[in-house]
Amino acid sequence: MNSLAKCIVFVLFVGLTTGTQAQFSSPASAPLSASTVPQAQLMQPAELVKLLKAAGTAQAVVFQVGSFVMFQQAHIPNAGFTGPTSQQNGLILLKKFAAPLKKDQLIVIYCGCCPWGRCPNIGPAYKQLRDLGFTNVKALYLANNFGDDWVSKGYPVERGE
Amino acid sequence: MRRRSLALLTCVVLTILCAGSAQAPSSLVNKPAPAFVRSDLGGRQMELNSYRGKVVLLNFWATWCAPCQIELPRFEAWQKRYAAEGLQVLAVSMDDEDAPVRRTVRRLHLDFPVVMGDAKLAEAYGGVLGLPITFLIDRNGIVVARIKGETDLHKLESRVKALVTQ
Repeated sequence: MNSLAKCIVFVLFVGLTTGTQAQFSSPASAPLSASTVPQAQLMQPAELVKLLKAAGTAQAVVFQVGSFVMFQQAHIPNAGFTGPTSQQNGLILLKKFAAPLKKDQLIVIYCGCCPWGRCPNIGPAYKQLRDLGFTNVKALYLANNFGDDWVSKGYPVERGE
Repeated sequence: MRRRSLALLTCVVLTILCAGSAQAPSSLVNKPAPAFVRSDLGGRQMELNSYRGKVVLLNFWATWCAPCQIELPRFEAWQKRYAAEGLQVLAVSMDDEDAPVRRTVRRLHLDFPVVMGDAKLAEAYGGVLGLPITFLIDRNGIVVARIKGETDLHKLESRVKALVTQ
């Protein structure tokens, strides 16, 4: 292998390890990780944008399951706010908001407080909805955070409560 | 030899680009840190401008943010280690309520001032839509760095050291 090729391999290694650092080192005491959500149940941001443009929120019910301070700064239009579902109050509100929905309703949950593998809210929210019998639950995959992976991309947001 | 140098240069440039990709550029860097006054958890008034002359490490965090829990004890250690050189750590919690913040502050034995943040303060600092975020502010009150997301704490300490010894 010539030296340029070696360098490229090294750089790719550094880039990959930097990017994935957050996903492989959760502390033992952390709540259910977002990584527990099956791959097939993840929704990419661009996919949700398309869905919102096509159907407004008629097809998808969106819940932000993270911090209120972040919700106030920016959130997906018409998203419901449950509070952090790593905490009991958030789970209670999620259950309450989901109660009137049909079990096959498309529900999209998102947080974006932290890098995906570090998010404490998505895992418990997903599990709760599945345990309640909802069959069409998707978790919005925000690799870094809501700022980087949604707001900075110019996707639609609302501010305030 | 020339080819090897070119390869090395390419390597260095690409490494910098990859490693830096987690830190978005911020319009606040090289500008005065937005002033704010808040009461800390003990009810004492905390005014950012009163720390002029010190190097300030301003950290936005939350109790539910896992990387933050790793950083905070390190910041506490730095506060002790570099206090004499003029470092001041200030923390802004983005939690919605102060009860879990108080518990975490007690559990981690944090001695530096901790205040509760809100959307207004977050927006003044360019939006806090992901945690942790740390700002390094020099002795003149100028933001010299915005470090977003989980970071290499050894590198961050080197930057702090460099600032306090300037």
